[in-house]
Amino acid sequence: MLVVVVPVIALTLAFAWWYRASNKRAAYRPDWSYSGRIELVVWSIPVMVVILLAAVAWTGSHDLDPAHKIKADAKPIRIEVVSLDWKWLFIYPDLQIATVNQLVVPTGVPLEFMLTSANVMNAFFVPQLGSQIYTMPGMRTHLNLLAERAGDYPGFSSNFSGDGFSDMRFLVRAIPASEFSSWHERTASEAPALDTDAYSQLARASSNTQTQTYRSVDPDLFDRIVETSAPHAAPLQEN
Amino acid sequence: MARGGEGPAPVRIVVAYGFWIFLLSDIIMFSALFATYAVLSGQTDGGPSAHKLFELRHVGIETLCLLFSSYTCGLGILAVGRGHMRGFYLCFALTFVLGAAFLGLELSEFVGMVAHGAGPSRSAFLSAFFSLVGLHGAHVTAGLTWLTFMVAQTAVRGPRDFVRRRLLCFSLFWHALDIIWVALLTLVYLMGAR
Amino acid sequence: MLGKLSWAAIPFNEPIPMAASLMIIVGVLGVLGLISWKGWWPYLWREWLTSVDHKRIGVMYLLLALVLLLRGFIDAIMMRSQLAIAAGGAQGYLPPEHYDQIFSAHGTIMIFFMAMPFMVGLMNFVVPLQLGVRDVAFPVLNSISFWLTATGALLVNVSLVVGEFARTGWLAYPPLSELQFSPGVGVDYYLWALQISGIGTLLAGINMVTTILKLRAPGMTYMRMPVFCWTALCSSMLIVAAFPVLTATFGMLLLDRYVGMHFFTNDGGGNFMMYINLIWIWGHPEVYILVLPAFGVFSEVIATFSGKQLFGYRSMVLATLAICVLSFMVWLHHFFTMGAGADVNAVFGIMSMIIAIPTGVKLFNWLFTLYRGRIRFEVPVLWAIGFMVTFAIGGMTGVLQAVPPADFVLHNSLFLVAHFHNVIIGAVVFGAMAGYYYWFPKAFGFTLDRRLGMVSFWCWLIGFYLAFMPLYVLGLLGMTRRMQHYADVSWQPYLIVAEVGAIVILCGIVATIAQLIVSIRTRERRRDRSGDPWNGRTLEWSTTSPPPAYNFAVMPQVQSLDAFWVIKQRGPVAPPARYDSIEVPKNSPNGFVTAFFAVITGFALIWHIWWMAILGLACAALTLFAFGWMERPETRISGEQLATAERARLQSMDPAP
Repeated sequence: MLVVVVPVIALTLAFAWWYRASNKRAAYRPDWSYSGRIELVVWSIPVMVVILLAAVAWTGSHDLDPAHKIKADAKPIRIEVVSLDWKWLFIYPDLQIATVNQLVVPTGVPLEFMLTSANVMNAFFVPQLGSQIYTMPGMRTHLNLLAERAGDYPGFSSNFSGDGFSDMRFLVRAIPASEFSSWHERTASEAPALDTDAYSQLARASSNTQTQTYRSVDPDLFDRIVETSAPHAAPLQEN
Repeated sequence: MARGGEGPAPVRIVVAYGFWIFLLSDIIMFSALFATYAVLSGQTDGGPSAHKLFELRHVGIETLCLLFSSYTCGLGILAVGRGHMRGFYLCFALTFVLGAAFLGLELSEFVGMVAHGAGPSRSAFLSAFFSLVGLHGAHVTAGLTWLTFMVAQTAVRGPRDFVRRRLLCFSLFWHALDIIWVALLTLVYLMGAR
Repeated sequence: MLGKLSWAAIPFNEPIPMAASLMIIVGVLGVLGLISWKGWWPYLWREWLTSVDHKRIGVMYLLLALVLLLRGFIDAIMMRSQLAIAAGGAQGYLPPEHYDQIFSAHGTIMIFFMAMPFMVGLMNFVVPLQLGVRDVAFPVLNSISFWLTATGALLVNVSLVVGEFARTGWLAYPPLSELQFSPGVGVDYYLWALQISGIGTLLAGINMVTTILKLRAPGMTYMRMPVFCWTALCSSMLIVAAFPVLTATFGMLLLDRYVGMHFFTNDGGGNFMMYINLIWIWGHPEVYILVLPAFGVFSEVIATFSGKQLFGYRSMVLATLAICVLSFMVWLHHFFTMGAGADVNAVFGIMSMIIAIPTGVKLFNWLFTLYRGRIRFEVPVLWAIGFMVTFAIGGMTGVLQAVPPADFVLHNSLFLVAHFHNVIIGAVVFGAMAGYYYWFPKAFGFTLDRRLGMVSFWCWLIGFYLAFMPLYVLGLLGMTRRMQHYADVSWQPYLIVAEVGAIVILCGIVATIAQLIVSIRTRERRRDRSGDPWNGRTLEWSTTSPPPAYNFAVMPQVQSLDAFWVIKQRGPVAPPARYDSIEVPKNSPNGFVTAFFAVITGFALIWHIWWMAILGLACAALTLFAFGWMERPETRISGEQLATAERARLQSMDPAP
């Protein structure tokens, strides 16, 4: 696009300068206001740029669709995400553990996220890993990411959700798969349980929440959250 | 369409044209509510659905009242155009009565629904229903008020130019409400009762 | 008795809102006091408050816009100062509850009560003059429109003193804006202020469309209309098509909040995604409603000051119409990240790019108007050149975000914020300032001070780039919008630069205010006696400055595009031998009185004071009936009176410079 914008800006400044009233050397054609050839060029250039970009948009939208699963050798890990006021709950349904404001993941493994919100709309975003996606009460959105390299990646909510919004930060810790299994074992033995009481504590409004891990989590907690945050009689089409 | 060089249009055309554009904007407002109804019509939250609630016979009588009131309104405008003032008053009185009958029937439908726990705050479907049909009913109410005002003004001022322009606008309004009702009847009642 | 209203509504224990409230109260009382002391009320009532003259109403719209520019800008400076210091663990000086209201008010005020009134005001003043007619189609409705807009502006400012404003952002998405999560009166202030002013805007749109399509001087075919009138037409058609959707959507949110309905609630089957879709079906056309008149201003300004006919008139008209239609087909690009799927996202992305085509065409046509012209560097031309450069950048970042995968990482970031400020300031504000300077002499009979105009321009231009280029970088670095504080201290230098930029813009605004004061003080030096200070091309320049109330004693016979230019080439026209009598609508208090009751009704509804709301609404309805009972009163100006007036005016005119 710069290939159009830079010449336009340059020509604007150039014409404004050259055709200033005090420059007597410049041609003055007061009645010249139409040129078919210029019109043709002027309509075609944007059309061609748009055709090119449209192709990029079409293929990019499909390849990088958040719901598009990532192919890799490793078996994917499912993670259920709940945005609360004003913190993030991450549930690993297959591993039976959960964390708050901290997402530990193995590198090189596709992460299949299913996301919802307990009350108002938020957006899950880890810029260094990929796309953001809205989290919405009563609905499930889908996102697929993969951390190629080990490291700490900041994440946050990118959709304003109230007074504690600025503190809805979490850290994604991507660690090698072997370290990940030891982290999983440690959590499953040491941390407290995410039972009904613990969850209702968690659901109360708070900001700047400390990271937390849980050794066990009710297998249908996520579905219950989806159901109770926006109870429907007839299920809506899932996103 | 003319190239538009004839100069400013006469007042009665300008007034009617502007009023048409207002009516178009009103229809767009209804469209937003129609779209919302379409999206939310299945969201009954375990409560009563369209199929259970709509009585097509009742709605049919309402429709006949409203359609006939449009007919009498048209007759009234023709009468005023020819200077038959008695005919005008008679036709507009009939229009009022038929319009009021429509409203009365609609209100009784609403009251009945609320009494059976199917009020607008019961579910999203009912919110959409009450506000869409209710907005139309509010327009009919405003129309009846306007009708009364216009009859009074015609009686006191006589059928002068500015009064006739307003009567024309009123009739456009009244007929537009009819058209919207037909859409309502089809998309809400007939499709809902299936 | 007084609903939810109590003394607790006044922020006695919060120093910053209290200070702001006191400043507003002192300011308002000061102005009212000055007017009373000088005895100006009868004049103001007779000549301005009850005026149905499109020129007077246009001026009042602009005054409203300039005052609200100040209010919205103070919000902006507060936000910038907060972010300049709230780095790492620092909390800044504005707690979240307050900061959230400030950014919500900033957006609401700037769009609805600064940009809209500015554009509507310019259209109001200029269009009938350019069409060669005496007024808009419905002058009394015009007055009502203005006063309802002012009502909305008043209510938003009252929220600062009594109660609070919405804390939801300028579009108030549910579920956050529903009663469950926003139980206070803030969202209600927002909704009622915008519902009331929205009615005013819709009526103004209907008025303008009817005027342009049905009231033009004889001989002015569609293809001989000035380009500003074409853009005014398309903008007004967009108003007529889009604002009803806004009214319906806000109406539904109000029903949720007041009557417990379930359109967008989390329970009962509500679906807030419907709100987001509907609000953006309005929201995207809204930005074109704002930008099209600005494009029109630039078309007039560039052509006039290049001494050349606008290049490619036909394709300008076609491009404007295309933008008008396409603006309704792109709305989903505001929420690509809601998960609609690749096909839907891609289609809307491509539609959004397509709209860049006619916009680009316009830019090229302006470029080729400059080409082989003889450009006079008056203040409006500076704004136009600044616009062309700035808008090219802003448009590019827009097309970039129209690519869904790019938007996936840029949505809601400061990159987005930089983009929309880039296009709104670069096009709408620059166009407003250009139009203000350009048509000021026509409205008041003297030009504005040139030097201060230049100062204002350069401050705005430099300030804009300082304030918003860092935001593009911050967006790419990962900073999201609406944050009250942030953890990453490496962002702070950029935010400090942005703060400096905001201060430079403030200097520009101060320069504009100073310019007005200085220009009024020294107006005799810059008196415009010819009516045509810029060697203009369109019919408004054929009248005196200011024009008489009736604009044209005899409607001009239009024979071509750039009608006045052609008249000037053919030589002076002798005044007619005799004048026909004309009728001019009398002033009417209808607008002012209706708005007065609208304020009462709105305030009462916000605070749940039901008896007051019913009373206010009943009085407003009675006002409507009372004024409707009378025939529209008009003053007749006889042919002889016209002849005398015209002779006097022609004698006082000098030929054009």
